[in-house]
Amino acid sequence: MSETDYDLVVIGAGPAGLCAGMYAARAKMNVLVLEKAAPGGQIIITDWIENYPGFPDGISGFDLGDKMLNQAKNLGVNIKTAEVLSMDVSREKKILNLDDGSISTKTIIIATGASPRKLNIGEEKFIGKGVSFCATCDAPFFKGKTVVAVGGGDTAVQESMYLTKFAEKVYLVHRRGELRATKILRERAFKNDKIEFIWDSVVSAMDGFFNVENVKIKNVKSGEEKTIKADGCFVWIGIIPNTGFVGDSLELDDQGFIVTDHTMATSVPGIFAAGDVRTTPLRQVTTAVSDGSVAVISAEHFIENNP
Amino acid sequence: MSGKIMEIDDDSFDNEVLKSDVPVMVDFWAPWCGPCKAIGPIVAELAEVYGDKVKFAKVNVDENPLTPSKYGIRAIPTLIFFKNGESADKITGMVAKAKLENSIKGLL
Repeated sequence: MSETDYDLVVIGAGPAGLCAGMYAARAKMNVLVLEKAAPGGQIIITDWIENYPGFPDGISGFDLGDKMLNQAKNLGVNIKTAEVLSMDVSREKKILNLDDGSISTKTIIIATGASPRKLNIGEEKFIGKGVSFCATCDAPFFKGKTVVAVGGGDTAVQESMYLTKFAEKVYLVHRRGELRATKILRERAFKNDKIEFIWDSVVSAMDGFFNVENVKIKNVKSGEEKTIKADGCFVWIGIIPNTGFVGDSLELDDQGFIVTDHTMATSVPGIFAAGDVRTTPLRQVTTAVSDGSVAVISAEHFIENNP
Repeated sequence: MSGKIMEIDDDSFDNEVLKSDVPVMVDFWAPWCGPCKAIGPIVAELAEVYGDKVKFAKVNVDENPLTPSKYGIRAIPTLIFFKNGESADKITGMVAKAKLENSIKGLL
């Protein structure tokens, strides 16, 4: 294999990427972890995590991310703030074009995660003016107010309950007739008298002079529309993978997630994917760190087998 | 991250930001906001580079309700870039360092 700057470059410093960095550092690989924004990943905007082992009372998402970051740093993992714009790949050598230059590496682990899916009803102009994707950041601005939340999965239900600590009323709008969220969360939400469920419905529009004032809700079965006076709209309708820089160099599934085998190998030899960015039946912190560690072992094998 | 980033409150905002001779980047944050804490090191890195041309400041929105309300802030982190006492640019939420740097360059 030709000379490269690194044995392994991990793209993304969420749980999958940080865990990969730790395993690689302990395996004495020459590893670099890249992060375009802040290390920690999506968990840093998660209010509370109760299903990551080792924390019997649960832990705040930010604290868990921070602990992972410190653990990686303590193990000597080098983390650089840079965004990957594109990559040129061959079996022998992979070049990553960053916003501040290029680096070469023998192997890559893509752990760029995913971002919140948008409603695409023109709500962008209200981001920071009532529209939010992060209850732990913005819920306190809605003290005593009425807000609409959108979604029916774990995130939507858990974060809606967090919202009720501040908001007077939370309308939870879900396009189906039942929640997809896990049973323990569903039961808690149904008991919360500040949450009113609006079933079989979507948010179809919103308006306001400066901030959000009205949210229009459409029943997808009857077609009926109604307007709710609300000061905010929190959106948790799933995620989209952060794979923009990949282009068509790797096989993606129809939603844009990276297809891997059980060793985390992608369609290109020497490139692996880990965490929320890959096609997987479960996206949790536990699965992210599992993926990250498996991917490092696979990267080591690749280097051994391609000297 | 202290040293080059000035803590500002409702009382000092006028003098330190609106009447500043140099452009000012104000980071509106709160201790309960994960992304605010996470964006801190990126702001600090930029303060190292641009600290002599731009003033870097932060306002704790918990302790200082007046200024965030005046600027209609309903989400944090929000960064507002002031030039000659006017808000010239605004970024809400977690963004890449490059985007932040562009907004700072826009002040120069």
